[in-house]
Amino acid sequence: MRKFKEFIIEKLILSCGLASIFFVGVIFFFLLKEGLALFQFIKPISFLLGRNWYPISEPAQLGIFPLILGSLLVTLGAAVISIPIGVACALYISEIAPGKLKEVLKAGIELLAAIPSVVLGFIGMITLVPWVKNIFHLPTGLTALTGSIMLAFMAMPTIVSIAEDALYSVPKSYKEGALAMGATHWQTIWRVMLPAASSGILAAVMLGIGRVIGETMAVMMITGNSAVMPKMIPFGFVQSVRTLTATIAAEMGEAVVGSEHYFALFAIGIVLFIISFAINVTADLFLHREKTRL
Amino acid sequence: MEKLQARNLNLWYYDFQALKDVNVSFEEKKITAIIGPSGCGKSTMLRAFNRMNDLIEGVRTEGKILIDGENILNNGMGLEGLRKKVGMVFQRPNPFPLSIYENIVFGEKIHAEKIKKGRLERIIEDSLKAVFLWDDLKDKLHKPALGLSLEQKQRLCIARLIAVKPDVVLMDEPCSALDPQATARIEELMRELKNNYTIIIVTHNMQQAARVSDETGFMLLGELIEFGRTEDIFTRPKDRRTEDYITGRYG
Repeated sequence: MRKFKEFIIEKLILSCGLASIFFVGVIFFFLLKEGLALFQFIKPISFLLGRNWYPISEPAQLGIFPLILGSLLVTLGAAVISIPIGVACALYISEIAPGKLKEVLKAGIELLAAIPSVVLGFIGMITLVPWVKNIFHLPTGLTALTGSIMLAFMAMPTIVSIAEDALYSVPKSYKEGALAMGATHWQTIWRVMLPAASSGILAAVMLGIGRVIGETMAVMMITGNSAVMPKMIPFGFVQSVRTLTATIAAEMGEAVVGSEHYFALFAIGIVLFIISFAINVTADLFLHREKTRL
Repeated sequence: MEKLQARNLNLWYYDFQALKDVNVSFEEKKITAIIGPSGCGKSTMLRAFNRMNDLIEGVRTEGKILIDGENILNNGMGLEGLRKKVGMVFQRPNPFPLSIYENIVFGEKIHAEKIKKGRLERIIEDSLKAVFLWDDLKDKLHKPALGLSLEQKQRLCIARLIAVKPDVVLMDEPCSALDPQATARIEELMRELKNNYTIIIVTHNMQQAARVSDETGFMLLGELIEFGRTEDIFTRPKDRRTEDYITGRYG
């Protein structure tokens, strides 16, 4: 009887585990089925590299290249802002901050992670947008830069907390060894702690970037959503762009089910899925390397 | 010649007194062993000599520790300079997760005003030769140090230390993670290093103390009970408690 109970519980847990895989499989299958249907109308290459996104013109032009560039631009900007600040913040929390301040900072970072993205978008809209507009003398403040700054706030909690974990798990003996050699605190951090935690920090950066690429609400509110080819960096930053995610969110409601437009939005979903997947796998590889090395 | 002296050294962890009025002096270019049961304060004393105890919260030190006549407990003492002069080998070998090369030039890189490539090469060769690793490792200097065997790691840590030419080498149970053969070889190395360095080794392996040291101190509950020539301590201890310990009655 006891054995039977064990058996039931085991199988129950197993099926819960399998369920998550099953749902991923189903979602992926659905995404593929709807997305790949697009390619009966249009070649993959002209979908990915096409420079015009006019889904409701006649005939529809479905090139997502400007959207991909829009996503990359916003992400790049967010990464440039959030990586140095995030890593420095993690260093400060794990290495320098005294006990009490450390707790306050950690709580603050968690709070930052808890702010819904729509609220960030909203705050960005009324504070950052006019500011960007005035500083750069633009006709509108709804630009890639505005999105980058707001998204940096979203990436930061991920980067800080994972990088801080990585720094924290550097064995104390490394630090002791460096200090016992007469290294200063900063030399210890720069020459021993950071290299020792590098895999974890890279993973933190990748996951932060993953979060930025997949973000929808805030970017939709503050990047201006114009699906045109961005200019070269740095001019592209002070221009309205539209990201992959915002395109799906904004247009799914109006796309006629079964139309080219509808399939194209799913195909964008596939592109996003591939990007996120690649980023997560890379981050995982770094984290895994960390574990096997120590 | 006396290299390092402790005078009326007292140390507290919060309310717990870990060192009680320790007076001791260590001879230059000799090996001095500190023995005693676990928790007797021998590691604490060792870590007072390069002020590693400063890293631990709640530690308060009183008295004097003189190195070449200078009291290192003075507030103005530069810890970086002190630790360059008084190096430490730890219980668990702790090479940095960098290449063998980077481990050895670490000290030079953090202390030198200007880094000269030729000088680094010389340091590598000299230090590795001094710990008898040169022949084994000269072709894999850029391999990660964490891939070495435990004994090689401990040798590397010693090489890393002598690359900065310290005066005093503190060893905190340097062989406790090693097997007997490796231990014997590290002891051999210590005898070799004695020609150039003042070595203080903490160990709870009494045979090791008897084998390698010139002088021995016995500590118990934070006090230095007896100090003298190793021969004397092991053959005719003056204090009853020393005798009890070396004959294995406690510890």
